[in-house]
Order: sequence, then structure tokens, then C-alpha cells
Amino acid sequence: MSIEIQDVHKAFGSLEVVKGVTMTVEKGEVVSIIGGSGSGKSTLLMCINGLEPINSGRILVDGTDVHGRGTDLNKLRRKIGIVFQQWNAFPHLTVLENVMLAPRKVLGKSKAEAEAIAVEKLARVGLSEKIKVYPSKLSGGQQQRMAIARALAMSPDYMLFDEVTSALDPQLVGEVLDTMRLLSSEGMTMIVVTHEIAFAREVSNRVAFFHKGRIHEIGPPAQVIGNPREPETIDFLKSVL
Amino acid sequence: MNYTFHWLPAFRALPEMLWGALVTLEIAVLSMVLGVLFAVLLAVGASSQYRIFRAAAVSWVELARNTPALFQIYMAYFGLGSLGIHLDSFVALLAGITFNNAGYLAETFRGGLRAVPQTQVRAARSLGMGQIQAFRLVVMPQMFRIVFYPLTNQMVWAILMTSLGVIVGLNNDLTGVTQEYNVRSFRTFEYFALAAVIYYLLAKFVTVSARLMAWRLFRY
Amino acid sequence: MFSSLFETSFSANDLMFMLKGAGVTLMLTFWAVLGGTLLGVVFGVIRAISPWWVNAPLGAVLDVFRSIPLLIQLVVANSFKTIVGIHWSPFTVGCVVLALYMSAYCTEIVRSGFLAVPTTTRRAARSLGLSWRQDLTEIVFPIALRVALPSWIGLTLGVMKDTAMVWWIGVVELLRSSQVIVTRIQEPLFVLSIAGLIYFLMSFPIARLGARLEKRWREND
Ligand SMILES: Nc1ncnc2c1ncn2[C@@H]1O[C@H](COP(=O)(O)OP(=O)(O)OP(=O)(O)O)[C@@H](O)[C@H]1O
Ligand SMILES: [Mg+2]
Repeated sequence: MSIEIQDVHKAFGSLEVVKGVTMTVEKGEVVSIIGGSGSGKSTLLMCINGLEPINSGRILVDGTDVHGRGTDLNKLRRKIGIVFQQWNAFPHLTVLENVMLAPRKVLGKSKAEAEAIAVEKLARVGLSEKIKVYPSKLSGGQQQRMAIARALAMSPDYMLFDEVTSALDPQLVGEVLDTMRLLSSEGMTMIVVTHEIAFAREVSNRVAFFHKGRIHEIGPPAQVIGNPREPETIDFLKSVL
Repeated sequence: MNYTFHWLPAFRALPEMLWGALVTLEIAVLSMVLGVLFAVLLAVGASSQYRIFRAAAVSWVELARNTPALFQIYMAYFGLGSLGIHLDSFVALLAGITFNNAGYLAETFRGGLRAVPQTQVRAARSLGMGQIQAFRLVVMPQMFRIVFYPLTNQMVWAILMTSLGVIVGLNNDLTGVTQEYNVRSFRTFEYFALAAVIYYLLAKFVTVSARLMAWRLFRY
Repeated sequence: MFSSLFETSFSANDLMFMLKGAGVTLMLTFWAVLGGTLLGVVFGVIRAISPWWVNAPLGAVLDVFRSIPLLIQLVVANSFKTIVGIHWSPFTVGCVVLALYMSAYCTEIVRSGFLAVPTTTRRAARSLGLSWRQDLTEIVFPIALRVALPSWIGLTLGVMKDTAMVWWIGVVELLRSSQVIVTRIQEPLFVLSIAGLIYFLMSFPIARLGARLEKRWREND
């Protein structure tokens, strides 16, 4: 059980954004991806759950080729949750309905089942009091936690996080990171793109430093963050710390 | 001013005028239902990969928006006659207004579709929804809210446009009934002032019920 | 059947007659837009700055013009004119009714243009030392114009198309003149197509211009 990324290349038109990335994330692992703006981190996450096609290479999720011909992407995406930088709440649904929607319509659960799941997931992210309100009434941090609950409601095996705190006010960052900490302590497999270096260091089993579409350095946080070898990594860490 | 108003005959005509108002409402509602259907086809056609569908959709929209509604109704009534298609005045009026509605609503729908951010589709797809599911469950409800107000506006327009039926000989809608009484008695001002009041109430009825509906539907 | 489409009895004189009708359409449009815009600006500014007890009744009255078919408004005004003994030509009645009709819509356009200028922007302007008048001419007016102009163009075209209804009270404009010819030569499709083409040529270029302006201004925001 793992996500295997094998020599993946991805271009938008003539602009190559991911230039040959290889990495494996084992079940139960937390891998953080750090790196400068525009280095291709978000694009890689999109490729992992098939929201973006790739130009060459392979991505295997539990052995299934994500971009293979016969792959049922809708089915595959059920086991990969993703949370975006912009929270993307569905504005026309209440918090509870936001979380219930996919279990009902994609997994075909009954209303009662879906509601039970949603209530449980919302409790886990600390939003029990807010289940009847519309997302527009929530703060950014609450919306982001709702987005996490929405992804968790599909009982995914993997969670991808794309800079989930970088659009938040500083005082709201903590509550979202706490939620992610909780998940990692429960053994969720996660790939976390983040600018929060301290957080990456604390929760990750491994950290990958992304630069211009390539992984420049990957290893335990103590090594990549605590004792970087590559000059680009050192420069990047200097600029964010 | 040596004119004495005679309101009594006008009020005697009221029941029949109210029946006329019902016909007016009927035409307006039908033209909206048909207009929405054609508008969806036009919006789809405008982004089709086939040139003739695009050309047909664009011509329809531009013609509807750049010629008078009365012209469009005329075309349906007199113009199509030259091609051997003879519509009675009710159908011609309905066709003309539908043509007009569809042209304006197609643009409304296109705008509404563009106003729903692409990131919403992405979020829906990432939860495992298919393309159609994502559209139906996430894009459509949001789009509906955006087009709701323009849609009710168009409905009011449709009611106002039905009054043009009298020009192609329709005699059982509100304006038609009013005109029938008018030519019999020449109390033009009284009859048409009363018709004006009824039209006003019809228009208000539509806008007020739309507002109530919006209040019930869009809680967010 | 096809030969009848090409062998038409439509003559150059007929075309001249229709172009004259188009001239009447343009004159009606001109006066209606002039009057409607002036009134609309006045009412719009009043609605934007006045207290509710002025704003609400004014809004309600103008709403009447938007809730009654123009055709009915024309007939009522025309018969009212006869009753009170004003000797206006149908053309004048048409201009006046169309102007009032336009002002009702124009008021809302002006008002929302006016309200589109954020108070913070105005406060910033005043804090830079601009006078009340400079604030209006340099800040409020240009911003309001940007918001209002595309809708105003759309409204003008709408009024141009609505002038077609004045033939009911006896003005021979473009549509009526084509109807006269249709009655004589019995070729409705052909004659109406020409009328449609003339309307289209009067409307379409300006509609495109409006759409372009709107797009350009939106992109700069
Ligand atoms: N849909 C797209 N079409 C064209 N170019 C794109 C698209 N999405 C991203 N790009 C480009 O690809 C490059 C990498 O983008 P990506 O979003 O993956 O970077 P990132 O590492 O996530 O950066 P950030 O930290 O700013 O989020 C950027 O130069 C971006 O402009
Ligand atoms: Mg990114």
C-alpha cells in the first residue's frame, strides 16, 4: 500500500512544471513538500489524484496506474482526499450538507448514514457547533477545517494537503495545523505541501525540498531542515525562517 | 377640459379583462418555459465544436437582441406566411416572445456559468464526483442563484411583450380584450388606464413572489 | 416560388420610404434618449443622496413605468392628451412617453453608478485635499461613468427598438413604413427582412462597442 511516483513529467503547453519526480510514500507515512513559489508543488498533487494529466512517467496508487487507460478516476479519488489552499466550500450547502454530499451521492450511503459520518468528522475537526450554518458564516480557519472533514468523510486512505494554511490569518493557522496533527497521530498517510517549516519538521517522517520542478533533497526532517546539504535548500530555508 | 370620465363601463368590463390577464400570464409563462429550453440549447450550441451550430446560435442571439420584439412577432405572423407557414396570432405571439426570451436568456446563462468558479468543479471532482454529477450537484445550484434575478426580470419583460399581440390581431389577452371594448365604445382612456393597473399588478405579483421564492430558496 | 423571391416589385422608392421611416425611428430615439438621460441623471442623483421618504416614493413612481407595457403607456398618454386638450402631434407624445419610460431605467443606472463609488475612495480623495467639487468631478463622476456607460448604451438600444411601438398611435417609423409597403406589394418576408436588416445595422455596431467597453473596463479593475 503506497503512492509511487515514477519519473513524472508535466507541462502546461511549452512550460514544463514538473521535470522528472520520483518518490514513494508508504502507508502511514507523513511526507512534507517544501519549496519556492511556482516550483510545481500544487501541480504534482493534482497529478496524484488525476485532476491534471501527466506527460510521461507513472503514478501508482496501491498499484493502480492513476493515468492508465482503464482507470476509473472517480473511484480512485475516493481513497485520496485533497484539501486546497482556497477552501472551496460549496456555498449553497450548509456545513453538514457540504460534508454529507459526497458520501451520499458518490458512495451511495443513506441519508442517516451520511449524516452520522458527517457529524463524526465535523466533531473531529472541532466544528460540532457549526453544522447548521452556511460556509459564508465561517471564518477561513473554520472553512478549511470543514474542507478537511469533507475529505475525511470519504474515509480516504491518503490525504493530500496543498498549503492549507497559507490563505489564513496568522491567528487561525494553529487550529488547522492542530487538526492535521491529530490526523497524523492517528496514522493517516499524508502528503503535505506547506510553508510552515516548523510544522513540517514536527509531524513529517520525511521532508522533500522542491526546486524548479525537481526534488533537490529528500530525507528525515532533521536532515533536510536541520542540516541541509544543497545550497538551494539552504537559501530557501533562510528565506522562509 | 369638458370631458366627463365614465368609469362604470370599464368596471363592467373588468371580469372579462381579468380573464384576459390570465391568457396574458399563460403566454408569458409558456414563453418563459420554452425560452429557457431554447436558451440552454443556444448556450450549448454557442460553445459547440461544430461551426454551423455556433453560427446558428450566434445569429439567433444577435437577431433577438438587436431587433425590436415587435419585429420578431411580425416576422412570425406575416413573414413566415411567405414560406407557407401560417401561424395564428396566439402562436405567432408566443413564437416571437419565445425567440426573444431565448436570445436574452442564452447570454444570461452563459454569464451565470462563467460566474461559478472552476475551483468548485475541481473540489467536486476531487471528492470522486463525475463530470455530470459535479455539474448537477455543485455548479447548477450556484448558477441558478446567479441567473434567478435576471430570470424574473425576463418574466416581467415577457408579460409586457404579450401586449404586442393586439398588433397581430390577438383579441383574448388583456390588451386584446381591452381593445375590443375600446373600439365598441371609444372610452379609450378609461379602458386602457384600467388595463395599465392590471398589468402593474401582474408585474408586481411576479416580482414579489420571486422575492419570496428567493428568500425561501437562497438561504446562504 | 423561388422566382417570386427574386422578381420583386420592391422599388428604389420603397427603399427610400423605409429609410425615411428609419430616420423617424432615429429622431424618436434621439429625443427620448436626450430627455430620458437628463431626467434619469437628475432622478438618479436624487435617489442616491436623498433620505428614504424622498427616495421611496420617487422609486415607486418610476417603477410604474417599468411595470406597464409601453404600448399601454402610449395609448393612455395619447388619449389623456386629447381629454385635457393639449394639441401635440403623435410624434411628440411618442417622444415624451419614451423619454419618461427611459428615465425610469436610466435613474437606476445612474443611481447604481453613483453608489458604486466606495465612500473610502471619496474619503481618501478628500483627505488628499480635493475640494467637494473636485471630488465629484475627478473621482465620483469618472468612476460612476465607467459603471454606468455600458448599461446606458444597452438601454439606448433598447429604447431604439421600443420606438417600433409608437406606430400604434399613428407615427410612421421604420416598422410602420415597411408594413405600408407589405400591404401594397404583398411580400412580407422580403420587406420585413429589409426592415430587420436596417434595425440590425443601427443596433449591432453600438451593441458591440458597449460590450467591448464593458470588457475592457472590467479587465482593468
Ligand atoms: N492550469 C495552468 N495552466 C498553465 N500554467 C499553470 C497552470 N497551473 C500552474 N501553472 C504554472 O505552473 C507553475 C507551477 O505552478 P504550481 O501551482 O504547481 O506551483 P507551486 O509550487 O504550487 O507554487 P505556490 O507555492 O505559489 O503555490 C507556475 O509557473 C504556474 O504559473
Ligand atoms: Mg501551490
